[in-house]
Amino acid sequence: MAYQIVWELGFSHCAAVGAALLILIENALITQSRLMLLESALIFFNLLAVLSYLKFSNSQKHGPFSPSWWFWLVLTGVACACAVGIKYVGVFTYLLVLGVAAVHAWHLIGDQTLSNVRVLCHLLARAVALLVIPVLVYLLFFYVHLLLLCRSGPHDQIMSSAFQASLEGGLARITQGQPLEVAYGSQVTLKNAFGQPVPCWLHSHQSTYPVIYENGRGSSHQQQVTCYPFKDVNNWWIVKDPGRHQLVVNNPPRPVRHGDIVQLVHGMTTRLLNTHDVAAPLSPHSQEVSCYIDYNVSMPAQNLWRLDIVNRESDTDVWKTILSEVRFVHVNTSAILKLSGAPLPDWGFRQLEVVGEQLSRGYHGSTVWSVEEHRYGRSQEQKERELELHSPTQTDVSRNLSFMARFSELQWRLLTVRSDDSEHKYSSTPLDWVMLDTSIAYWLHPRTSAQIHLLGNIVIWASASLATLVYALLFIWYLFRRRRRVCDLPEDCWLRWALAGALCAGGWAVNYVPFFMMEKTLFLYHYLPALTFQILLLPVVLEHISDHLCRYGALAATPPWGYGSRGVLNGDSSVMQMGLGSQARLCRGSEDEANEGCRERKVADVHGRWGRPFGPGERQEQREGEGNMGRDPEQPVVRGRTAWCMAEINQEAL
Amino acid sequence: MRKEIRRGWDETHFGKMGSYYINRTFFFDVHPPLGKMLIGLAGHLSGYDGTFLFQKPGDEYEHHSYLGMRGFCAFLGALLIPFAYLTVLELSQSLPAALLTAALLTFDTGCLTLSQYILLDPILMFFIMAAMLSMVKYNSCANRPFSAPWWLWLSLTGVNLAGALGVKFVGLFIILQVGWNTVSDLWHLFGDLSLSMITHMSGIRQIMPHMPSTLHWLGLQVTVGKHLTARILCLIVLPLALYTATYAVHFMVLNKSGPGDGFFSSAFQARLSGNNLHNASIPEHLAYGSVITVKSARMAVGYLHSHRHLYPEGIGARQQQVTTYLHKDYNNLWIIKKHNTNSDPLDPSLPVEFVRHGDVIRLEHKETSRNLHSHYHEAPLTRKHYQVTGYGINGTGDSNDFWRIEVVNRKFGNRIKVLRSRIRLIHLVTGCVLGSSGKVLPKWGWEQLEVTCTPYLKETLNSIWNVEDHINPKLPNISLDVLQPSFPEIMLEAHMVMIRGNNGLKPKGNEFTSKPWHWPINYQGLRFSGINDTDFRVYLLGNPVVWWLNLLSIALYLLSGSIFAVALQRGARLPAEVEGLSQVLLQGGGQLLLGWMMHYFPFFLMGRILYFHHYFPAMLFSSMLTGLLWDILLRLCAWSLASFSLAGHVHTLGILSLLLGIAYSFYLFHPLAYGMVGPLAQDPRSPMAGLRWLESWDF
Repeated sequence: MAYQIVWELGFSHCAAVGAALLILIENALITQSRLMLLESALIFFNLLAVLSYLKFSNSQKHGPFSPSWWFWLVLTGVACACAVGIKYVGVFTYLLVLGVAAVHAWHLIGDQTLSNVRVLCHLLARAVALLVIPVLVYLLFFYVHLLLLCRSGPHDQIMSSAFQASLEGGLARITQGQPLEVAYGSQVTLKNAFGQPVPCWLHSHQSTYPVIYENGRGSSHQQQVTCYPFKDVNNWWIVKDPGRHQLVVNNPPRPVRHGDIVQLVHGMTTRLLNTHDVAAPLSPHSQEVSCYIDYNVSMPAQNLWRLDIVNRESDTDVWKTILSEVRFVHVNTSAILKLSGAPLPDWGFRQLEVVGEQLSRGYHGSTVWSVEEHRYGRSQEQKERELELHSPTQTDVSRNLSFMARFSELQWRLLTVRSDDSEHKYSSTPLDWVMLDTSIAYWLHPRTSAQIHLLGNIVIWASASLATLVYALLFIWYLFRRRRRVCDLPEDCWLRWALAGALCAGGWAVNYVPFFMMEKTLFLYHYLPALTFQILLLPVVLEHISDHLCRYGALAATPPWGYGSRGVLNGDSSVMQMGLGSQARLCRGSEDEANEGCRERKVADVHGRWGRPFGPGERQEQREGEGNMGRDPEQPVVRGRTAWCMAEINQEAL
Repeated sequence: MRKEIRRGWDETHFGKMGSYYINRTFFFDVHPPLGKMLIGLAGHLSGYDGTFLFQKPGDEYEHHSYLGMRGFCAFLGALLIPFAYLTVLELSQSLPAALLTAALLTFDTGCLTLSQYILLDPILMFFIMAAMLSMVKYNSCANRPFSAPWWLWLSLTGVNLAGALGVKFVGLFIILQVGWNTVSDLWHLFGDLSLSMITHMSGIRQIMPHMPSTLHWLGLQVTVGKHLTARILCLIVLPLALYTATYAVHFMVLNKSGPGDGFFSSAFQARLSGNNLHNASIPEHLAYGSVITVKSARMAVGYLHSHRHLYPEGIGARQQQVTTYLHKDYNNLWIIKKHNTNSDPLDPSLPVEFVRHGDVIRLEHKETSRNLHSHYHEAPLTRKHYQVTGYGINGTGDSNDFWRIEVVNRKFGNRIKVLRSRIRLIHLVTGCVLGSSGKVLPKWGWEQLEVTCTPYLKETLNSIWNVEDHINPKLPNISLDVLQPSFPEIMLEAHMVMIRGNNGLKPKGNEFTSKPWHWPINYQGLRFSGINDTDFRVYLLGNPVVWWLNLLSIALYLLSGSIFAVALQRGARLPAEVEGLSQVLLQGGGQLLLGWMMHYFPFFLMGRILYFHHYFPAMLFSSMLTGLLWDILLRLCAWSLASFSLAGHVHTLGILSLLLGIAYSFYLFHPLAYGMVGPLAQDPRSPMAGLRWLESWDF
């Protein structure tokens, strides 16, 4: 593919073979490809995306909407989606391709030889192939992923209850056959939606808050309410109607709806969930949450909670098992039941603190709870109820989440999951990569010390970096000279040069620079995608130097039509301009300048807009000519361009 | 301003810092000094004596004269409106557009609330808008380069850029915008082939009539060079000089030791009078028995510290915590002892024995008599490092208390100098190096920084320390005035400390934080003062009508802008009037859109804690865009309806109804800024009942 890319960029076989060879003998790429790692696949699809875009863009000139045009266009989109689907850094290459495509499309809009309808067709085709298809393909990956991984596994805990319930085994085994709608008298366990520091369930137990904390503050001395990260019989709560005494479900069950006032009874101790204006043990700015014990002191029970279903569709939604995300708003103080996440000291058995927080600053996972296990309570007597609570919930039907819901949740977790930014023996910084100041030992035989070590080929790395630098300098030089209408390069050659830079140097930059802003642990292999693009630039720059710069010196002495004479010509013309032009220009005013601008644009249009002026057929001829006469293939065009430069100069002089 | 005699919200910070300037005590803040200096100056001039304590929000000012400082901020805040007016007038050449912009800002409750307190934001926005205005002005002088107004506006741009950056680092965004404008400006000049001829040839020809052939290039280079030099002078050299000057003043004014000392290196502190390093005379070489403080070489990490609290269960061994701490404290003191004897080295009968490079020592914490200790337990936050604890009773511990002291880049056997030797402490048993990871411990560690023993022997500042205080009665004191750092070193250090401070402002635990996407939709405001029914409450929230109009305008702008751009690119021939409007829309509007994006999108990348008021600079740009856009849209409307008789009035009517609508919405929402008493808005008896249009507004 390296060979093909350089070839499609419009450079010679020699340069293309060079690129292929350089990729072939790069140690780091070889090491990485030998092991089962993601980088090789990522680099493959990065290159495929660029290559197919180039093929597509080169077939633009002679056969738009031909089968091969469509093929390469769609392949570009698919390859981009694959790159992103392998590692998220693939998105940078995707953006680069999109950027280049956008610039080309912008030129296409400006092409007045095309009808409006045709331009629209072009734009639509690109939008579908480069925006819609990648999204669909990306979704497809996740569809297959979720289709294959349908059983419970080691990472269930990261996902929400609803997601876990959709997996075979695991939570599904527990929750299958649970009644869907929570009713008065339901026995439930409440899981916090935030899951940080660990996923946990609302919990209470016989112990009370200590009368005086270590730091001297006082508590209500009532029964502790915590969040506990393990399944436990003390996690069961009963939803009670404040107006009635019974703790069983009526027949038919009366479902609880959004906005209803409920009491939560702790199953094992039959005490009611309560909060009041007492500072919480570890978060003094929040209210303490307790299970109320009547000490006959002037501290009344405040145990009414208003149910607030966060993800409701209407205001009369029923509280559903697993699916509903609810908040409990305290009626008297409008505090919200919240997991503060702080581990309590020894008296609280290191369980997590639960508080009532007054400020309702928007949605936050730590205030949201969902029912995980649920059954309708049957026993009125406390003894029977305890037995009931100890028995496992029954099983049968499964409940499924739609694909899009599962996809969006998984995607969100993927993007937001934070790994500990740990230091690693072989971790490195992006600056180390360019200098090859780091390496990774992948494998070491304990006895023989045989090893596999990821280390780049220093010659290639250094020369590729040098090529990037040379490219940047030359590019800026040409750009400035062109701005002053000094045409060092023929138009098509310049466009080719710019496109090669945009894809190769740009590919290197977009795959490298973002790492400076990433906060995760970085390793040398993160640089390999960028390196691949950088290596492609090396033969391009070498060929350019040998074709243009070396020749520049050799031809400097030849008469006007050669390469080197143009600077001199310009100098001469400027003499004429000064002699004649200054007065003439003053009279002619700005109209003339406008015309000049137009002409400039038109000529640019005529000379290949697509980075290469010839179709393959023409190119073949040129190449034959080259074989016969040993001449530079681009020379005729160069002449045309030079002549044009002259024409402009002469006209200006007049 | 007079009505509310309590302090709201961030006045706690900035008012206090103004006081520091008046009292000349050194403090540390994450923002550059100019804004606070101006507040201090305003306070000083208006008779404020710097004695108010600014301890917690809600304190009453009593007899302290705070009006000068508030008045100063309010004055700058009020100037935003004329600036916006002039900017839009210059960009669009249309009075209605400018009026509309001015009305949007005048009637925005958010800008009003923000400007009536002692905050940095009005000052920052003042400089941003002033820079924008002068940039626009000098752009319109482009046809008369090097004339007096041209120079004036160019240099004013530079001055205001320095001001913006000197108040908050957010000022960097306007610098980027001006930079972008300048680069594209120069690019045009460079490509303008006529330039060298018309403007300057005549002059040069008079001087050198005989050298016509070189004149073209020479002329070009002279002209472009002259433009370039002027811009470098006014937009780079001048702002840098002014910015540096603010720091020079800052350091000159604050010459007394204060609460910010510990954030800075030992050498820096030697400048501050009252600091124990100022004109210090301390023993020069470390000896056994010396009492020392050990400071990390990494900036803003602090002193090696320990206290009586233990690591909590589950986090390594339950031994005494060792941390780094930024403030000076008795718990930072350590005693150097020999590893193998416990005899008191300060016994006068024993000779003084110096500590040498490569010696094995024991560091005993003075207050708790525990030894600095490490072992094969993982550190609390950096899991791959080893835990460092305080261990042992009255100095008796085990072999895990032994550390080899090494001076970086020195030979064995050399003595160790106070302050100047950069030392490393290597744990003898595990071979790891004592270092600070720079991570903040949770509440159990009092939010001090983690200390670890790192097994990776990388050369980083994390593992390098220097001895700062040194007490040893047996050694003669030597004056150490050579420490004075040069001004560039101070500048650099101050910046490093500020950047680290800014990065350290991370949201903690489960705190609710404001997200950048909340801002343009006015999702949630900020309580400035008062929570309960009976309090006098001020709530920072944009006027929703203005803000949602702004949001709509950005979408409309993108739509209409791209329609025009595509039409032009397709080579469509537009009528002269529409052509002119589209130029204003694409160029003037483009600059404003760029300003909005520059002041908004970078916040998505910031890891630090964010607040709603960070959006206000962007909001100014978006309001200007709204004014400009609606004027053009209404003109286009009038133009397309030109065949009807009433078409001429469409524009006038449109602008008038917008103005009236905005003014009415301000009438509705003005209690947010001017303060309200009474029940919260969900209560139907509240004065704000019915105005809680979003659930998330909690006023």
